[in-house]
Amino acid sequence: MIDKRVETVEQALDGLFDGCSIMISGFGGAGLPITLVRALEATSVRNLTLILNSIRFIEYTAPSLFTDKRVAKAICSAARSPGKEPGIYERQIQSGELELELSPQGSFAERLRAGGAGIPAFFTPTAVGTKLAEGKETREFNGQTCVMETGLTADFAILRGQTADRWGNVAFRGLQANFGPAMAMAARTTIVEVTELQEEALPPNGSHIPGIFTNRIIQLPDER
Amino acid sequence: MTPLSRNQIAWRAAQDLVEGWYVNLGMGMPVLAANYAPKDADIMFQSENGIVGVGPVAAPGEEDLDYVDAGSQKITLREGAALVDSAMAFAMIRGGHIDVTMLGGFQVASNGDLANWDAMIPNKGALVGGAMDLAAGAKSVWVVMAHLTRDGEPRLVEKCLYPVTGGRRCRQGLYRSCRHRGDAGRFPGQGNC
Repeated sequence: MIDKRVETVEQALDGLFDGCSIMISGFGGAGLPITLVRALEATSVRNLTLILNSIRFIEYTAPSLFTDKRVAKAICSAARSPGKEPGIYERQIQSGELELELSPQGSFAERLRAGGAGIPAFFTPTAVGTKLAEGKETREFNGQTCVMETGLTADFAILRGQTADRWGNVAFRGLQANFGPAMAMAARTTIVEVTELQEEALPPNGSHIPGIFTNRIIQLPDER
Repeated sequence: MTPLSRNQIAWRAAQDLVEGWYVNLGMGMPVLAANYAPKDADIMFQSENGIVGVGPVAAPGEEDLDYVDAGSQKITLREGAALVDSAMAFAMIRGGHIDVTMLGGFQVASNGDLANWDAMIPNKGALVGGAMDLAAGAKSVWVVMAHLTRDGEPRLVEKCLYPVTGGRRCRQGLYRSCRHRGDAGRFPGQGNC
């Protein structure tokens, strides 16, 4: 019997290890798995690679990941804190303690999708001629110069959805989806916190992530 | 000569929107243009976090944390809207399905290069967001910006001093807070100023 439901955040995050890579969904607070991010903070894992759109929300939710220097690398499209003073991760990036790989947001999304779809790399016109394309292979297609971007995969992905069933099918509300479906495809273990874990199966065309891409589902209240 | 206000520039840019278009508005002045789009026209505003059909900003007390746009504003949806994930939203952009993106700018060069993502602020981290994808992928790129910096330096330059966002795309339209056309012919889209 397929049953991806777990009861506790410890079960949900079982198997995290030092040096692992974790994708974290969320945009503007929608789809951010706040409770699982806090549970990640409560573990002792370190030397992490975080793959996420913006560091800011994670630092706000789980500051000790940065103050205790547990993040070794971030792959993201935004690494800027609010306000004029540099935040902790900005100082760590500047000093070289935290490695930053900045990716245009659309290339970032496609890198996730490609990674999950078994495509190791692709060519895109985005960022050609900019400093984010420096050092990357370029080729011309139909007269247009394109830069090679690599697909992304990870050990874990954590996301937030609205509804799920025991088969791991997940449905979103509003703008919760953002990077979640692509991350679910790209990670070896995908963990989803949802507002409602329902007894009956979601309608076959009523989910946004099919359970084949998810591994653990946990029902958690919306902590925002 | 009195420069145009931010709202006046946004109003001016909105007058060139066409019924049936799919339009992405960048943060800052561009997003103000939505307030001045023809009310009864089907113009679909796309937001790269996954919306086709952004409606008005949510009224106070009506905000829903799951309904945000790419600038993290709490928004509503308009009739006919559709919600997708980020990979599909950027496929719309990269795939040439967006008729126009209006972007803010620090500088535009005479060859159409745009610089709008890295202001080179000391000690502050990098943030690129979707700017490069929009600059490279939309069918048309309209830059909506003031004519001069706060210090009175021109934003229309021979060559961008700031790191570029994308090359040679800003041909189709350029809105700025000037009325004169003294530099006509030198800058792309100067007829729209």
